[in-house]
Amino acid sequence: MKIKAISRSVSAIQPPGTDAVKQPRNLDSAVHPFERAREYKRALNAVKLERMHAAPFIAQLGRGHVDGVYSIAKDPNSLERFASGSGDGVVKVWDLASREEVWQASAHENIVKGLEWTRDRKLLTCAADRTIKLFDPYNPASGSAPISSWLGSGAFTSLSHHRSRNNFAASSSVISVYDLERHTAAPEVLRWPTSTDTITNVAFNHVETSVLASCSSDRGIVVYDLRTGAAVAKTVLTFACNRVAWSPMEAFNFAAASEDHNVYLFDMRKMGRALNVLKGHVAAVMDVEFSPTGEELVSASWDRTIRLWHRDRGHSRDMYHTKRMQRVLAAKWTPDARYILSGSDDGNVRLWRANASQRQGVKSTRQRQALEYNDALVKRYGHMPEINRIRRHRHMPKVVKKAAEIKNEELKSIKRREENERKHSSKQFQARKSEREKMVLAQEK
Amino acid sequence: MEAETAVARAPTARKSNAIVTHKPRTDMATRAEREKARRIRDANQAYGRGKQINTKQIKDKKLRRNLKQLEAKYQNATLKAKDAEILLENTSGFLEAEGELERTYKVQQDDIVANVAVETAKKRFELKLDQLGPYLCDYSRNGRELLLGGRKGHVATMDWREGKLGCEIQLGETVRDVKWLHNNQFFAVAQKKYVYIYDRNGVEIHCLRKHSEVTHMEFLPYHFLLATMNTGGVLKYQDTSTGQIVAELPSRLGPPTSLTHNPYNAIIHAGHQNGTVTLWSPNSAEPLVKLLAHRGPVRGVAVDREGRYMVSAGQDARMAVWDIRMFKEVSTYSTYTPASSVAISDTGLTAVGWGTSTTIWKGLFDKNLAEQQRQSHPYMKWGREGKAVERVRWCPFEDVLGIGHDKGFSSIIVPGAGEANFDAFEANPFETAKQRQETEVKGLLNKLAPEMIALDPNFVGNVDLRSDAQRRAERDLDAKPVDVAEEIRNRARGKNGALKKYLRKQRKRNIIDEKRLRVDELWKEQQKKNDKKRKEVEEDLGPALSRFAKKE
Repeated sequence: MKIKAISRSVSAIQPPGTDAVKQPRNLDSAVHPFERAREYKRALNAVKLERMHAAPFIAQLGRGHVDGVYSIAKDPNSLERFASGSGDGVVKVWDLASREEVWQASAHENIVKGLEWTRDRKLLTCAADRTIKLFDPYNPASGSAPISSWLGSGAFTSLSHHRSRNNFAASSSVISVYDLERHTAAPEVLRWPTSTDTITNVAFNHVETSVLASCSSDRGIVVYDLRTGAAVAKTVLTFACNRVAWSPMEAFNFAAASEDHNVYLFDMRKMGRALNVLKGHVAAVMDVEFSPTGEELVSASWDRTIRLWHRDRGHSRDMYHTKRMQRVLAAKWTPDARYILSGSDDGNVRLWRANASQRQGVKSTRQRQALEYNDALVKRYGHMPEINRIRRHRHMPKVVKKAAEIKNEELKSIKRREENERKHSSKQFQARKSEREKMVLAQEK
Repeated sequence: MEAETAVARAPTARKSNAIVTHKPRTDMATRAEREKARRIRDANQAYGRGKQINTKQIKDKKLRRNLKQLEAKYQNATLKAKDAEILLENTSGFLEAEGELERTYKVQQDDIVANVAVETAKKRFELKLDQLGPYLCDYSRNGRELLLGGRKGHVATMDWREGKLGCEIQLGETVRDVKWLHNNQFFAVAQKKYVYIYDRNGVEIHCLRKHSEVTHMEFLPYHFLLATMNTGGVLKYQDTSTGQIVAELPSRLGPPTSLTHNPYNAIIHAGHQNGTVTLWSPNSAEPLVKLLAHRGPVRGVAVDREGRYMVSAGQDARMAVWDIRMFKEVSTYSTYTPASSVAISDTGLTAVGWGTSTTIWKGLFDKNLAEQQRQSHPYMKWGREGKAVERVRWCPFEDVLGIGHDKGFSSIIVPGAGEANFDAFEANPFETAKQRQETEVKGLLNKLAPEMIALDPNFVGNVDLRSDAQRRAERDLDAKPVDVAEEIRNRARGKNGALKKYLRKQRKRNIIDEKRLRVDELWKEQQKKNDKKRKEVEEDLGPALSRFAKKE
């Protein structure tokens, strides 16, 4: 008879003289019952933990401005230098590492509408006083006096610098492209032949570098080409836009922050239809910017919130607000895509995490693995209502919540009215217009 | 799938790597390919997740890609798990006859003790407690501690390997059942009137007054639920982490005769006086399944750890093996006298205690066989020493069977009974206090909700397709309009007055459309029917009383 029975020795599990205890594994599924249920429970815990650790607000920079912050610009050659311009004409330069002010100047009489860093680390500012000024904040010896200035024909509303050349575009009722190397030369003027309204924003494309886009108060979005020196196409939307922002990765895509509370993503080659409509804000969107990865966007709104979006999802990924933050007028990603800077009407420049629950700093391997595992779990069970609910839940300011409810109700009533109209008119034979092309009124070439 | 492949492979029991082939090989696969195929087949048999999804038929590109990735991941995990077998430290025990004339069931405990290691031989012991018996027994989840409960009120815990007594209490009243909770810190005792919870020092912590006259208890470790059944046949689930009573389910079948839980899906199996075994989850007031297992009370039920087979023993002196995936009887065996208790070990050995002896069966069921074989001989036997067996329990992760009887407790060695390789993150027989605490916290964090208990435990995480279809329909304005007749039919289904109420509501709408016209039609029809009915009643009542006819 052959006999063998299990015999384990304690010394095999914990060798004498050591603290380390062996933890043997057995991967047989019979030893691990309720695989799905336990995994789901872990996913639920993970998503709760993620929400628990969500603390998006880090700090404000220095002591902020005295007036509202209307524009923020980041130095493309630095990870830590930012400039902000306020409503009283003061421009400040910040150091992100110390979160302190490093330079300031009283640049204009009134709102600093546009700010832009040049490639040689000088700062351009513009305002409604018809001037564009050039400062040198990296060289404190220069003081707060401008190195040079340009006088334009109308009030300037925004600035945009060329990706590589020493050119910048300034918008007023036309777009004037100045050459930084030839100060006295007259700017090259770009305009849509029939448009006379104020151009609210202009932006250079940083991939296809000769292309510019602008939005104006006549509700039009115009695309220009520097090579031909002419406007290429104009699209008229139902509402005016406040800002256009090019995708840093896809040369032809840009986002437009509209007065109708939405952000529209367009392909400049096919303007009849938006690539995506980002809905969520309950007041005009004042600023929008693509993240350096081109995957995400940040938008700042008149409803006192900042929203973060994924490029191809309709709803916002996150919403940031604080009790004291007023109308948000500018929001920018830091170049490392980890933080967001926002400027609001209350004069503060705030620093936020791009990912509310993420913490920087060195993590142990175990901690990193646990976080990765949690992410995977949440992704795996993201379709479950409970997990989705917890993941999407945000505390909204009462005003915003109420406004969203009212807006929802109004939209529903409009829709109902339209549907009723359809029922009893010849419209019923027309196909419904998709949500992505509804806002396009006309296209001109 | 396993059943299918098992059919093909059944006759070629593969101990070595050599395969006996019956048909000549005609395919052109190279040796390496064959080796690879065999490796995948072996891995799937041990760790597979059943039939793969055929991704070729899926039209949705995104879904197809996702599922393909998932399948690849599963396959990869299976292969890796198979490869990781090399890391397993222990192999399970065995008792094998060497000649034609040797029989394993003739082996006595003394022979085994003489032939195994000294440490292992110590696991065979007898506790002589003939005053307060018969004794019930229960092992803690990691098999380290033993809980004994004498019918006449003697309760004791012990670290049985070291022979160290944990606590000993004399309750002075009837003890009907004893049960360890999630670890060796607490245990529950079903006493004469209530269920009490004690800590490992024997200090009474709780008295569960909601559980009165409990005869059987079960503990679901992943849900932290204590399930009890009392003499009234009411099954109660109590959450031991929060103290909440989760469900009270009257079985209406009188006092239960046995109770166990299915470790695979946490369903409670209760055996009853009338020979049925009922399957319960806390989510349904009715039993999920009623199964007529025996002609006479069911004395013992046990379920294997993968939830595939159930063994029940009844007063009719039969022991039946059931396939509880399709609720079909696989085979029956005689127990000579009615059995008192059944238990299935991790490796599938079945111990049946009947009369004064215990029989251990091997191969009553095998998950890899399509046709279950009937065993002619038991694997081992124990007893005939005048000790009436009360309860048999396998010690987890050990080749040990604990037998509680009227003269005390016997621990016998049954080679090949225990799972040789434990997973330290599930139940660790060598756990330190720190590890135990950590496991407890993790267990509580990952405590499963009682709602997750169902016959198929893998329903969790599935997409609710029905409501999705509904939502889609609501969103799609260009969709075909609903069939009015159909809708009315559906809405009016149900109670007697449902149609009437529906019609009344619809007639209040002031929009004349197709639906409204249809509703009017129906309404008139109903009115006509009512009129006719009333006229009949009036005629019955005669001219004088007709005005009392009920108007509708």
